Amino acid sequence: MAGLEEYKPIVGAGVVEELRILGNRLRNRRVVNVNSTRVGGGVAEILNRLVPLLQEVGIDARWEVIRGTQEFFDLTKRMHNALHGKPDTFTAQDREIYNTATEDNLASLDLGADIVFIHDPQPAGLIRARRELGNKWIWRCHIDVSAPAPGAWEFIAPLVEKYDLAVFSAPQFSRELPIPEVLIAPSIDPLSDKNRELRESEIEQVLQRIGVRSDKPIVTQVSRFDRFKDPLGVIDAFKLARERVDCQLILVGGSATDDPEGAQVLKEVRERAADDADIHVVDLPPTSNVEINAIQRASTVVIQKSLKEGFGLTVSEALWKGKPVIAGAVGGIPLQITHKYSGILTHTVEGTAFWIKMLLSAPEFAARLGENGREHVRNNFLLTRHMRDYMLAFLLLETQGESVVEL
Amino acid sequence: MRTVPGAVIYHHTHHFLVQHQYLSPEPPNDFAYWVSNILLEERLGEELAAVDVLRFQTVRDLRNALIQVIQGFLDSSSNLRTAPPGEEFHFMQSVSYVIPTGIRVANLAEFRDGLERVSLSSIAYHMFDARLRLERGDNDFSRWLEHSLGEQRLADAFRKVDPYTFTQEGLRRRLISLVSQRLKEDGSGRA
Repeated sequence: MAGLEEYKPIVGAGVVEELRILGNRLRNRRVVNVNSTRVGGGVAEILNRLVPLLQEVGIDARWEVIRGTQEFFDLTKRMHNALHGKPDTFTAQDREIYNTATEDNLASLDLGADIVFIHDPQPAGLIRARRELGNKWIWRCHIDVSAPAPGAWEFIAPLVEKYDLAVFSAPQFSRELPIPEVLIAPSIDPLSDKNRELRESEIEQVLQRIGVRSDKPIVTQVSRFDRFKDPLGVIDAFKLARERVDCQLILVGGSATDDPEGAQVLKEVRERAADDADIHVVDLPPTSNVEINAIQRASTVVIQKSLKEGFGLTVSEALWKGKPVIAGAVGGIPLQITHKYSGILTHTVEGTAFWIKMLLSAPEFAARLGENGREHVRNNFLLTRHMRDYMLAFLLLETQGESVVEL
Repeated sequence: MRTVPGAVIYHHTHHFLVQHQYLSPEPPNDFAYWVSNILLEERLGEELAAVDVLRFQTVRDLRNALIQVIQGFLDSSSNLRTAPPGEEFHFMQSVSYVIPTGIRVANLAEFRDGLERVSLSSIAYHMFDARLRLERGDNDFSRWLEHSLGEQRLADAFRKVDPYTFTQEGLRRRLISLVSQRLKEDGSGRA
């Protein structure tokens, strides 16, 4: 696994040096991260990389995973959806299930650390150990809780309010709380399989495997087959644009076997793409990181036509590869793209079609967007910035109330 | 803007410099960006962007200047626009952590090498935070050049640079070129 030195050519020696200085200041602090899964999902992906890097700079970082029954995880899945706004009702029995799982985990987890760093709502109840342990607790919320269904936020609010600090990804995802809040955006790892540089031959191989020829411009959207990602709208926009500029479309998505709605969307996508030799619908298993990387790198223009979005890190992935990106102006996407400087923000099928045509016809302008986007990601959305912000959050726990802190 | 802590005003007039380097030199502050691009009040946005931060010695004075511009606009306008849902302005505050980099220099040649080596946030601290936020009345580099090295002219040249009109890397290059020039005049510009 890549060490900090390997990030120097990407972010500059000064940035890595800063991380070492901060690590030195926090030397031997014991930090335990707690989330609900070791594999799968963005949180596990980030912890897999951050924990070893924090250790490398001298922090005694650990990572624990809570366990629970199927009943518990069904409940937390419902909570997750309700926090995103899906109506639901939480009963006393639900509370009981949550509390029992929390008790069980308190009995088995080692939370002895200077800082307990809890990720998302599933393990939030562990806070009840704070009084006994007398340490500092951070709640890191990776989801958008700004417009929850009634009752959903109330379920976890009494827990969250007992923390020392809450961390959100963006101001528009946060809530007003009686405790201090900080903003830390998520990040991509430039050295992971999904983002590292690839050889031409690796890219060619992947294109061959999925049956795409590289002799005409490629327009791509990478996303789950989900209505909020509007894959049908992408096809419509592509067809409109193709009337004027010859091009092909790749829609790449994860397998949707456990998600009945996803399977339905995939079916509709296949129907709408039927018999069109220029539209490639590619259903890949979730581990296909190199394949996705190759497809993004082979693309002329990348689309992320979301109608509703979390942070939308696929945008940063494409920008990091220097690609001009056309994306829906929703969720965290406007934080990654400034319209006409580092990408294009659109609201409609027709607007998306218009900008596909424009970018394919004006490659120099498109290249400029991609370059600006890459620099914006370099400064704001790489793992090293994420790591710095986490360390600064740890420091904040020791220095609350001041606006300039001399260490 | 009248009631938020000074650290909030400082954040919104300075974080752009670090986070949107490819956009610099314009627009220099969040207020101007939001007024121009979200409220679509281009004239007011331009006026807010044009507030010359270097004229002010304290965040308090800068705040008053910004408020005055906005008040002037409010007094002379009807039909004020509202931001679309989801594009409201979120006031935020930043905390600066100042940590010695371990790099210490004693003469101009070493100073130039130091400017090459330190991170951009170190340059930002000595140019922006020191002057306005810590109310030292001057950037740290000019103070040191003048008082410790007696380099009055070079100190003035540093003061004259408007750091708000550069990208961060551009600012580093500009400062380095000023020092290099001075070293060349002095005939002591050994690499």
